[in-house]
Amino acid sequence: MKRSRLAGLLLASTILAAGMAAAQDVTLTIESWRNDDLTIWQDQIIPAFEAAHPGIKVQFTPSAPTEYNAALNSKLDAGTAGDLITCRPFDASLSLFQGGKLADLSGLAAMANFSDVAKSAWQTDDAAATFCVPMASVIHGFIYNKDAFDALGLAPPATMEEFYGVLDKIKADGTYVPMAMGTIDQWEAATMAYQNIGPNYWKGEEGRLALIKGEQKLTDEPWVAPFRELARWKDYLGDGYEAQTYPDSQNLFTLGRAAIYPAGSWEISGFNAQAGFTMGAFPPPVVAAGDTCYISDHTDIAIGMNAATKHPEEAKAFLEWVGSSEFATLYANALPGFFSLNSAPVEMADPLAQEFVSWRGKCSSTIRSTYQILSRGTPNLENETWNASANVIKGTETPEDAAKRLQEGLASWYEPQK
Amino acid sequence: MAVRPRYHIAVFLAPAVLVYTAVMIWPLFNTLRLSLYTQGAAGHVFAGLRNFQTLFGDPHWADAFWNALANNVWFFVIHMAVQNPIGIGLAAILSHPRLRFATFYRSAIFIPTILSFVIVGFAWKLILSPIWGIAPSMLDAVGLKSLYAPWLGKEDYALTTLALISVWQFVGIPMMLIYAALLAIPEGVLEAGEIDGITGWAAFWRIKLPLVLPSIGIISILTFVGNFNAFDLIYAAQGALAGPDFSTDILGTFLYRTFFGFQLQLGDPHMGAAIATAMFAIILTGVCLYLFLIQTRLRRYQF
Repeated sequence: MKRSRLAGLLLASTILAAGMAAAQDVTLTIESWRNDDLTIWQDQIIPAFEAAHPGIKVQFTPSAPTEYNAALNSKLDAGTAGDLITCRPFDASLSLFQGGKLADLSGLAAMANFSDVAKSAWQTDDAAATFCVPMASVIHGFIYNKDAFDALGLAPPATMEEFYGVLDKIKADGTYVPMAMGTIDQWEAATMAYQNIGPNYWKGEEGRLALIKGEQKLTDEPWVAPFRELARWKDYLGDGYEAQTYPDSQNLFTLGRAAIYPAGSWEISGFNAQAGFTMGAFPPPVVAAGDTCYISDHTDIAIGMNAATKHPEEAKAFLEWVGSSEFATLYANALPGFFSLNSAPVEMADPLAQEFVSWRGKCSSTIRSTYQILSRGTPNLENETWNASANVIKGTETPEDAAKRLQEGLASWYEPQK
Repeated sequence: MAVRPRYHIAVFLAPAVLVYTAVMIWPLFNTLRLSLYTQGAAGHVFAGLRNFQTLFGDPHWADAFWNALANNVWFFVIHMAVQNPIGIGLAAILSHPRLRFATFYRSAIFIPTILSFVIVGFAWKLILSPIWGIAPSMLDAVGLKSLYAPWLGKEDYALTTLALISVWQFVGIPMMLIYAALLAIPEGVLEAGEIDGITGWAAFWRIKLPLVLPSIGIISILTFVGNFNAFDLIYAAQGALAGPDFSTDILGTFLYRTFFGFQLQLGDPHMGAAIATAMFAIILTGVCLYLFLIQTRLRRYQF
């Protein structure tokens, strides 16, 4: 508490100083967790906006992803947060809106450019008010080392059986670690494993909505089956994967030491810069050939307005621009892997990003099962899923036990599941 | 003759009292107060002891709390069993009059103490990393690769590993305090012992150790308070979820997660304050037990 106040004080003094330096221009500050994207905002996105809107200056001030929510809440409470707030999907932002920290943006003209699904992550439960302009979604799948696949004579697998066949062959060959993933950071196990392959089992939106309505339970077969698959993965992970961190996994793959990387599309730009080999991608394999495929096309990032901003007109001008197709094209190409949610089709140059986005055409899209409504109570279903997925991969908890624990936790506070 | 009121005492005390009240006492009592409220539809609502009822009565909260407390006790036990004896041993060796380069050793051992937790956590994570770490390759070089395990990633070892990292970092503090106490023992006492035939190790056990016992007591209580307030190292090395499977979750990380929230879990300042109050009670009890039961019975010697 003490620390956040001090941080707030320091921040206030920097804002004050910045404000005095540019007295005639209005300066808007953006809060964000995307510190990886700092240069892209500074070199490409902000200059494009400033050129079209003289008199408005924009500053991008990101913080570390894991600290963003806590830092943002403290800053908003202390009245030192920036004018524009990058929105996490669902409840984190919803509670900010309900607490009066985020402004209602339903009246923004640019909102017409987005589908209802795209907006659903930043609306009240009854969809009456929208409070953030959707920016992008991320798609889960597997990125593979094409050179390695060619050398070993492998083709991207379409079914789970082929998937394990490919992994067995890579393991038997011994040149590559079959799959780059660690469990120490826990979220990789939940996000890149469980939520990646899961939609094929629970049939995407159908299962997700049934869970919210209470018609399915986490102990039902479609929700336990993905855990059973994860339990088989440990044989294909690198030595000491229990202590392998997320950056370790990324490096293992981009250094060409691992053949397959369970991925989210946000990795694309980083991997393009780091990897010295050709990369390909395949969607999560289906159970039996010919099954409908489902992908996690997760609405991940949006931007809203601090209700306490001193420059609401300028902030709205920026948000209208974020909702335009100009921004969509700029953003999707500057950050391949963050796919625009704008209804207007966006041309992308990156082949890997094209591959990912092409799955939207042949598979049904869904979002991560734990994000909407189900992570509102204590114990928190999303955090529990991280823990359970990591345990299942390590073999310290059986798939059935993990599912049972998650179900009990959810049922303890969520009325439809009681 | 009337005694003139001595206003200057109040004036001289005022700055310290005011600053201490503002940064320590007020936040402390405010935290205690916060734990008695809960988030209602319209702001804070007085809830009495309901937060504590949840913390100790609800199985999910209680499991997490007792798990954190048990881990914290183990964290403390490792420090008491490893850090303090090593610190005392190092001090005994350093105070040996014929040891060469004593100042160099003293500084070298003390340096980790002044490093940031973040640096220590990160450096050790790299050292122990199964992929790039020097621990697996060094063990491999002497043919003991089979002894290597991903220590930070296994439930059975992770907490002990982190406790030992913390010991490595802080062993300089008991060493310095005991070293100072050992230097304060007058030569005459030791010479008198020598005349009675008590030399070498016997002199350490029978003369020096009893004389530095009060310092050891102070170190124990500092270790206790430090360990039960610990947070930084675990957070820097394992993150707020204190993995694997909460095996490194101590009261500090549990408090952080609850108070500030984590990922999709929203922060709950009231439950957080309840945990902070429980931590305060634990530390207060520990310190009181020490002060009234042990400190008063320690014999002090005047030279």
